[in-house]
Amino acid sequence: MFSILRTIWYVFLHAFQKRITVQYPDEKPYLAPRYRGRIILSRDPDGGERCVACNLCAVACPVDCIALQATEDEHGRRYPDFFRINFSRCIYCGFCEEACPTYAIQLTPDFEMGEFHRKNLVYEKEDLMIDGPGKYPGYNFWRVAGVQIGGKKKGEGAHEAPPVDVRSLLP
Amino acid sequence: MTSPYPLLSILGIVLGALTIAASLIYVERRLLALWQDRYGPNRTGPFGLLQVVADSIKIFMKEDWIPPFVDKPVFIVAPAIVFVTVLMSFAVIPVAPGIIVSDLNIGLLFFLGMSSLGVYSVVLAGWSSNNKYALIGGMRAAAQMLSYEVFMGLSLMGVVLLAGSFSLAAIVAAQRKLWFVIPQFPGFVLFLIAGLAETRRIPFDLPEAESELVAGYHSEYSGMKFGMFFVGEYMGITLISAMISVLFFGGWLGPILPGVVWFLIKTFCFISFFILLRAALPRPRFDQLMSWGWKVMLPLALANILLTGAAVLIWSQK
Repeated sequence: MFSILRTIWYVFLHAFQKRITVQYPDEKPYLAPRYRGRIILSRDPDGGERCVACNLCAVACPVDCIALQATEDEHGRRYPDFFRINFSRCIYCGFCEEACPTYAIQLTPDFEMGEFHRKNLVYEKEDLMIDGPGKYPGYNFWRVAGVQIGGKKKGEGAHEAPPVDVRSLLP
Repeated sequence: MTSPYPLLSILGIVLGALTIAASLIYVERRLLALWQDRYGPNRTGPFGLLQVVADSIKIFMKEDWIPPFVDKPVFIVAPAIVFVTVLMSFAVIPVAPGIIVSDLNIGLLFFLGMSSLGVYSVVLAGWSSNNKYALIGGMRAAAQMLSYEVFMGLSLMGVVLLAGSFSLAAIVAAQRKLWFVIPQFPGFVLFLIAGLAETRRIPFDLPEAESELVAGYHSEYSGMKFGMFFVGEYMGITLISAMISVLFFGGWLGPILPGVVWFLIKTFCFISFFILLRAALPRPRFDQLMSWGWKVMLPLALANILLTGAAVLIWSQK
């Protein structure tokens, strides 16, 4: 009996407490920098595409929402011919970001992606691509990778020693 | 004490009761939100006040569906009964001196009778719906009403003994010196609990019990028929709150402000208290409800009458 009255009193006291509701469209909630929201494709500091179309994100994706086709440019750089994310399937798990070897695919703190037509949720490469390097400024996969492409010969990459003439090592 | 402008006060009371009942939809949601640290509806219009309009437009536009398996005439009549009985009870409530539809000399008995008739609505709705959940809800309502009606009437007899009249206007007039809540505190508590059970509000909402019985007796109702039950429930809250303020808190009596304002303030306090109870309390089990009614409340009500009667007798002897 006493507990009932005490409950009523405590609930009444809540009238003087701060309301915890966030008035969303008027008042934006804080989203952490590592919030898993809309997926983007970033560029390296030189402005080239980071994505090397390795398909690891598409493989890692638990709901198979990523589709891409690899192709190669005249310098031997791999890049995706098309890159398509179906956001009506995406569960924003972030596995693609973890799988990506080049930091190309990243999740951003933005979730306001409402659409009236479901097919508008299928984002193509030009919708996904951003102009900057995203969360990893200064990282350029092709600069640090020991892969030979046009404009970069063997040994010209960062932290890379010039190639050794194997014949000079002969006994 | 008859009204100088009878038609005007009839219109005023009917419209007032309906308006209060409709706006309670908004008030309840806002108050519940306040006590749960939320905001409630605050988007439509200033402070969300137009929510009432939006809700009523919505419920009027809904398809008025009568399922093929129901007992059609009873199904249609049932929601009207709750509305009519509650509205009839408003006839005897003295809002202010002179503002009363009909100052019956048995006003209190009329109120008790009308609120007892209200249970027919619930039972018939549950029975005619031809649905097991609705029927269980209706049966619970019947059992609940039976056990709570008894001590509801008995809890008010102390007030009648003190006032010496069944007329509600006379009861208010008798509280000029002292509100009856002080000499009749047990009666007040008993009537509050019985009134809660009467309006089928949480914690005594076993007839509709969303978590067990879908929506209880109005599971099969939709559109404005459901709206009738809904508004009927809110009118019931208004009625019981008005009765509490009339019987125990001196109705229109109060300093400075006019009587109508005092009446409305007191009524609104009890409406808010009913909503607070909804925010705070869980629903008891059905057997707990019944055993409380018969084993605790009824003896208390009887003891209250006995003591009050003895006190009145001794007082009058002096």
